[in-house]
Amino acid sequence: MTGHTLGWVVVAAALVAGCGDKPQQNGEQVVLIGQVSPLTGPQAHLGKDNENGARLALDEINAAGLTLGGKKVELELKSEDDAADPKTATTVAQKLVDEGVVGVIGHLNSGATIPASKIYSDNAIPQISPSATAVAYTASGFKTTYRVMTNDAQQGTVLGNYAVTQLGAKKIAIIDDRTAYGQGLADEVEKAARAAGGDVVAREYTSDRSTDFMAILTSIKGKAPDLVFFGGMDPQAAPMIKQMKQLGMQAKFLGGDGAQTPKLIELAGADAEGALASNPGLPLDAMPGGSAFKAKFEGKYGKIQNYSPYAYDAMYVLVDAMKRADSSDPAKYLAELPKTDYQGVTGRIRFDAKGDITGGAVTLYQVKDGKWQTLETVQSGK
Amino acid sequence: MDIFLQQLINGLVLGSVYALVALGYTMVYGILELINFAHGEITMMGAMVSLAVIGALALAAPGLPGVLILGAGLAVAIPVCMALGLLIERVAYRPLRHAPRLAPLITAIGVSIILQNIAMLIWGKQYIPFPAILPQGRHEVLGASISDTQIAILVLAVLIMLALILVVQKTRLGRAMRATAQSRQVASLMGVDVNRVIASTFVIGSALAAVAGVMVSAYYGLAHYYMGFLLGLKAFSAAVLGGIGNLGGAMLGGLLLGLIESFGAGYIGDLTGGFLGSHYQDVFAFFVLIAVLVFRPQGLLGARVVERA
Repeated sequence: MTGHTLGWVVVAAALVAGCGDKPQQNGEQVVLIGQVSPLTGPQAHLGKDNENGARLALDEINAAGLTLGGKKVELELKSEDDAADPKTATTVAQKLVDEGVVGVIGHLNSGATIPASKIYSDNAIPQISPSATAVAYTASGFKTTYRVMTNDAQQGTVLGNYAVTQLGAKKIAIIDDRTAYGQGLADEVEKAARAAGGDVVAREYTSDRSTDFMAILTSIKGKAPDLVFFGGMDPQAAPMIKQMKQLGMQAKFLGGDGAQTPKLIELAGADAEGALASNPGLPLDAMPGGSAFKAKFEGKYGKIQNYSPYAYDAMYVLVDAMKRADSSDPAKYLAELPKTDYQGVTGRIRFDAKGDITGGAVTLYQVKDGKWQTLETVQSGK
Repeated sequence: MDIFLQQLINGLVLGSVYALVALGYTMVYGILELINFAHGEITMMGAMVSLAVIGALALAAPGLPGVLILGAGLAVAIPVCMALGLLIERVAYRPLRHAPRLAPLITAIGVSIILQNIAMLIWGKQYIPFPAILPQGRHEVLGASISDTQIAILVLAVLIMLALILVVQKTRLGRAMRATAQSRQVASLMGVDVNRVIASTFVIGSALAAVAGVMVSAYYGLAHYYMGFLLGLKAFSAAVLGGIGNLGGAMLGGLLLGLIESFGAGYIGDLTGGFLGSHYQDVFAFFVLIAVLVFRPQGLLGARVVERA
């Protein structure tokens, strides 16, 4: 290559680079899609995982080529950091709207997703969260809110039903920590357990700061339940399990995703053995496309943390709606989202009227030999 | 009956821990008329330091008997807390001894926040597990269940309280403490080194707090940088319930508060037909406190100057 031609190449490259932000690039239309998750702070590893899941799907879609309305479309990911903070979440949501994204994958936490959802709704930008589970997210009545993850109410329903039908618990005691999460989950468990023919013999309460449950457990012990359900987090669940053993209670312990953590086993030690808890979604190896996704993802980004398969599916669901509408205009493809019926890595994705996934999976785990072992996965709401 | 007995045991164990911490509040108040709000955090420090030692020992020498490891934890935590109590008194309270009464109260709250944050910096925000080193024995008594840990807490608490009464009533230091409580000026005129007596009071109170901290973390199986706040508040209430400044009052108040909480949480739901649930246990405990103070502002046993410690 002579010096002369090299000069032209540089000029051409500069011209192409200069057009980056314009909608037209070599006849291709650039469409911006937002992704928001905590990319800094204690949950940064989870946030990066979501970003990578969304990016993997986006790269695949671009490589396969996407044509909407007769024009070739190039997708571009705008990834933002909400630091799992509700205030930051609204700021970055507004920023994405101002930049002109046509859809958003995110956010990661319910606390950040809920305030941000109003901004997307006000600007008619569809949003699919891969991981927010709080019922309130889709309960606001916004037309733009969707999620591909099982919500807390669905999880509670599965748990209550499972306790009675699968674990054979006739008498059930329910404790919650009076937080929005714990109480919400416990209420759903109570409803479902009653509906399945179980007898809720005790409903007790504690706080998310307590460590002493001897008094309420003693009162519960007097009613001889087969199972104790706790709606709350692991710092309470662990001493509760220990104190159940201390009181010589034979009842099984069942918790939600707040208790299904490695920390629970660390805190409760040998007493954790046999404890049951659930987590929304599927373990990776039980997902229909789990192993293929794992190979693709880990070859590129390293170990899967948690929600990246859901972020990956969320991106495909969004683009699937665009394809059916033959447009990336939010006003047009938003109407297609409720009709979604997509077979993703995590399973079949369809939405109900509120934007919640129908038949979302809940997986039950039990502590065996000091580790959480998968028991089985249950589809919610048949 | 077995449930009643079980709630009695629960309440007594909880109450004896409250009593140990309440003694620290009441001793300092008796002598200085100062509410040492940092006392709850000293309890937390006791738990954290002992857990650090116990955790390290359990890793380094897994063959060691659990009681020995626990003893080592206590042997480190007690002097650390004593030194901490001494330091706090010297730095935060002594310079303000002649200041208006609000000033030391505010520094006390400041010290408590500082201690919480130091603990958070050293040990993080995580809950720290208590290693499974103690025998998990459990005994059935008349249908109620009592564990080795609970028996140990009860016995140890009673022994410590008896020892404290002996120190205050029978020793030279105890006599000096009682004299200082009656009148700081007159005591110093009689040759009592008032500064030394006050420092000793803080040291003894902190040692009790360290033991209580270790008990709590062994009993519940975990420790946390924030655990001292609620425990301190409850213990302070117990001291007021019994009559602040009065040693016997702190012991009685602690036990009573433990029992009220236990029976309250256990029976309130059934008694009100589910109208009030067990989440009202703290409300119930503080309601009793208010009721006692309305009718006996000086507390159950009173804070008679001559007897206060």
